[in-house]
Amino acid sequence: MTSILGIYASSMRGAVGDFESIATVTVGSGGASSVTFSSIPSTYQHLQVRLFGRGTNSDANIDGFCWLNGNETQSNYTNHFLRGNGSTASAGGSQASATPTMFSINSGGSGSGMFGVAVIDILDYANTNKNKTMRSLTGEDENGGGNIYFRSALFMNTSAVGSIKLIGQAGNNFAQYTSAALYGIKG
Amino acid sequence: MPTTYEPIATHTTSGTVSNYTFSSIPSTYTDVIMVIADLGSDTSYKINVNGDTGTNYSSTFVYGDGSSAASGRGSNVSAAPTVGRRPGNSILQFQNYANTTTYKTFISRGNASNHLVISTVSLWRSTAAINSITVTPETGSFGSGVTFTLYGVKSA
Repeated sequence: MTSILGIYASSMRGAVGDFESIATVTVGSGGASSVTFSSIPSTYQHLQVRLFGRGTNSDANIDGFCWLNGNETQSNYTNHFLRGNGSTASAGGSQASATPTMFSINSGGSGSGMFGVAVIDILDYANTNKNKTMRSLTGEDENGGGNIYFRSALFMNTSAVGSIKLIGQAGNNFAQYTSAALYGIKG
Repeated sequence: MPTTYEPIATHTTSGTVSNYTFSSIPSTYTDVIMVIADLGSDTSYKINVNGDTGTNYSSTFVYGDGSSAASGRGSNVSAAPTVGRRPGNSILQFQNYANTTTYKTFISRGNASNHLVISTVSLWRSTAAINSITVTPETGSFGSGVTFTLYGVKSA
């Protein structure tokens, strides 16, 4: 079981409208092993997570997963990506895995103050007749390095999405000032 | 009550201009999003923030042109290069733009109807809050009828 350290969280809802703020998490001085949105209401059509993040390990960048409904070890995900690393475009993916890689951000090995971003959409998240699809536009630039990705993932489960957990690969923590905001989009 | 996603400003060009600037951007949002609809000749854009023309920008991009995919970057340059694409539409996302602690990162997607799809992540190495954004075509200028819209997104 992971613990979340140094998180300042707000669960206040924003104003009523077609695009609503559901919750925001900002990582404090202690860092955080993960960021979780739970008890997500089923009253929207789609969800969007907007991440501004940095890892703490010594790599220049880290990838991270977007786990749904506590499915962290079951091989219920497939994912694909198109990547540009500044010199080469490449593509890849995985089938029946437990690692839906949806974001790529700077980490401690990149210059101070450099943060990566991700915009992650989970479409039709509350529909109990469909498996769930996630897509993201994500990347980080290091002024001489960096990666930009189109990513998508399939969660092979028809349950409504009630929780989302963002976590760095290989247990890399989120650094202070990382923020993740969850929005609901009405249909 | 405040709105979570709202337009801040919009402008449609009525003649030829070399660039366009959103200025006096309020710091009250979490993110700002710029949408450009432009039917000009094929080129990307470059972005300057807060009037900064120093070599404080860098970008990494990937694109597909219907027959192949490629990637490239620019480093230590005087404007964030290869952002968006025309003719078509481009969406630029400036996340945590108003914070005064970190450098600024923005990510974009450009869709040029007759040429390619491109995505770019850019870095401005400054901790200043962003209060203006200038868009300049990498070649040529903006003609009439180009629409620039800036939206603000506010988290809880």
